[in-house]
Amino acid sequence: MSDQGKMDCGRRRLIVATAAVGGVGVAATAAPFVASMLPSERAKAAGAPVEADISKLEPGQMMVVEWRGKPVWILRRTPEMLATLPQLDGEVADPESKEEQQPKYCTNAARAIKPELFVAIGICTHLGCSPSSKFKPGASEGMTADWKGGFLCPCHGSTFDFAGRVFKGQPAPTNLEIPPHRYLSDDTRILIGEDTQGA
Amino acid sequence: MATNSNFEKYKSNGTLLGNLLEWVDARFPATSMWKAHLSEYYAPKNFNFWYYFGSLALLVLVIQIVTGIFLAMNYKPDATLNAAGLPVAFASVSYIMNDVDWGWLIRYMHSTGASAFFIVVYLHMFRGLLYGSYRKPRELIWVFGILIFLCLMAEAFMGYLLPWGQMSYWGAQVIVNLFSAIPLVGEPLSLWIRGDFVIGDATLNRFFAFHIVAVPLALIGLVVAHLLALHEVGSNNPDGIEIKKITNEKGIPLDGIPFHPYYTVKDIAGVAVFLALFSIVVFFLPEGGGYFLEYNNFFPADPMKTPEHIAPVWYFTPFYSMLRAMVWNFFGLDAKFWGVVAMGGGVVILAFLPWIDRSPAKSIRYRGPIYKTLLTIFVFGFLILGFLGMQAPGYYFFGYKTAMAADGKTILFDLRNYLFSGGLIAQVFTVYYFLFFLTMPWWSKIDKCKPVPERVTWK
Repeated sequence: MSDQGKMDCGRRRLIVATAAVGGVGVAATAAPFVASMLPSERAKAAGAPVEADISKLEPGQMMVVEWRGKPVWILRRTPEMLATLPQLDGEVADPESKEEQQPKYCTNAARAIKPELFVAIGICTHLGCSPSSKFKPGASEGMTADWKGGFLCPCHGSTFDFAGRVFKGQPAPTNLEIPPHRYLSDDTRILIGEDTQGA
Repeated sequence: MATNSNFEKYKSNGTLLGNLLEWVDARFPATSMWKAHLSEYYAPKNFNFWYYFGSLALLVLVIQIVTGIFLAMNYKPDATLNAAGLPVAFASVSYIMNDVDWGWLIRYMHSTGASAFFIVVYLHMFRGLLYGSYRKPRELIWVFGILIFLCLMAEAFMGYLLPWGQMSYWGAQVIVNLFSAIPLVGEPLSLWIRGDFVIGDATLNRFFAFHIVAVPLALIGLVVAHLLALHEVGSNNPDGIEIKKITNEKGIPLDGIPFHPYYTVKDIAGVAVFLALFSIVVFFLPEGGGYFLEYNNFFPADPMKTPEHIAPVWYFTPFYSMLRAMVWNFFGLDAKFWGVVAMGGGVVILAFLPWIDRSPAKSIRYRGPIYKTLLTIFVFGFLILGFLGMQAPGYYFFGYKTAMAADGKTILFDLRNYLFSGGLIAQVFTVYYFLFFLTMPWWSKIDKCKPVPERVTWK
């Protein structure tokens, strides 16, 4: 050590430099460990589109297919269900679907390519639970008497109409997401996860 | 060689065992550690019922580690489906329960141990509130304790995913999605935690690694730090006075007794009672009425369907209520974010207790009416928050429900409905919880305390 009151500035600088280089080394070593926790290449590649056969789907019936590990709903809406949508424009938070929660071709009143066929990711935009179907109007399924039918998230009580539009004053911040999708044939098969033409 | 070395101090008494101990003491501080932490660690002689829970927490930690090791021998962290269409992880838990000899016992000990851990730790923390055990010079003991509590919460949360049941899956989905509420970094952060775009195999594997290696290591380190800090400054006591102030000519506190044998024997009595209660649950009520093991978790995880009612396990529900109580958007940030802040803040704010409590007396025995009243409401509110956290979102006390007029459409405003709605009551007690701490520097100072005695009171 140096004499009293005197500091060996040269050595001090070397110590600081050594510690700094060591710190950079530790940070650089930590990076691969942190990065190893990100989705792997296999997880990233797993988002292949899924095909769904809708030929047997009756009006008022809903089927669920899995895409990227998430439930995708396909609901064939009845004329009564579709008729509720314009009545609710004043009660939902984003009636005209201004938030980009759907592809451009679904930014319409029914939030669908074909009005009767509603395709949506069945994951609540609040904290990711899957809302339950509450299709019957009125209080018969535990809803309020003025309920017109739609979806209820069991976790924190967010409600959605038949177009997946969230009602005002609910925990969920946005409408349900509509995945990219297209029809493979006129009314029997849908491809979910891909909307470009061809292939 | 210095005269105070162990080599100089601890000499053999001539027996074979004595010779062996002398050999060890010259190379490892065995006798000196035994003395410093047990046989010559002087603890106040007036410990009461509340002082059982520290040693019991240590016991439960040992139970969890031992049972956990044996569970890991048969458990498989694998979310893929087996030939029977069940997730491998879920099936491996059934396998432990049905086909492994005594597997059911080991697993029920582990699942009951999780709830027992929180019961014991909540009582241990409440003891700190009663007797001011967090006050100077014990601030670090308390801070280490809060870190232990956080580790326990992480441990319990990640452990709950492993059986890969419906509650495991959707509970993890909700909690991990909470992180996405943090501005800017939220989405990438929750993606990084999950390791996939949804809760899946990657999440299960990493939670298993954290649950059985990383968090237990941190937990054990923190427990050691908690005890070292305690033994450095000495234990507090129900009178909240420093026994080290009055000592005999050897420097031994007059009101202190050696931890061993006095408190080791006392704690063994506590252990016996605890194990009797623990066994009743393990053998007769392993599901704890749906509170220790939730019924929905007996169904395998289904990413396509959320159960009708999801709620966290009971020990998280007070903080979960705080999360749900936040329904307002402040400063342009989403209510979801403030919910996360309330939930995390509810735990973190505890760490500041040593500095916000300015009462002249430490123990509730000598503290004034303000603290006694506010603490009683605090405990009551915490229990109510815990109860509400287990209920579905639209819960009403005393059965009041949305009043409907005869036409079935008009909703009448009813004062009783408003006052007894679970949502409002949770908000009131959440606000109270935070105000209790935030205003403590003020009311703890003006509270009328009684004079504190010189020596501990003891019958």
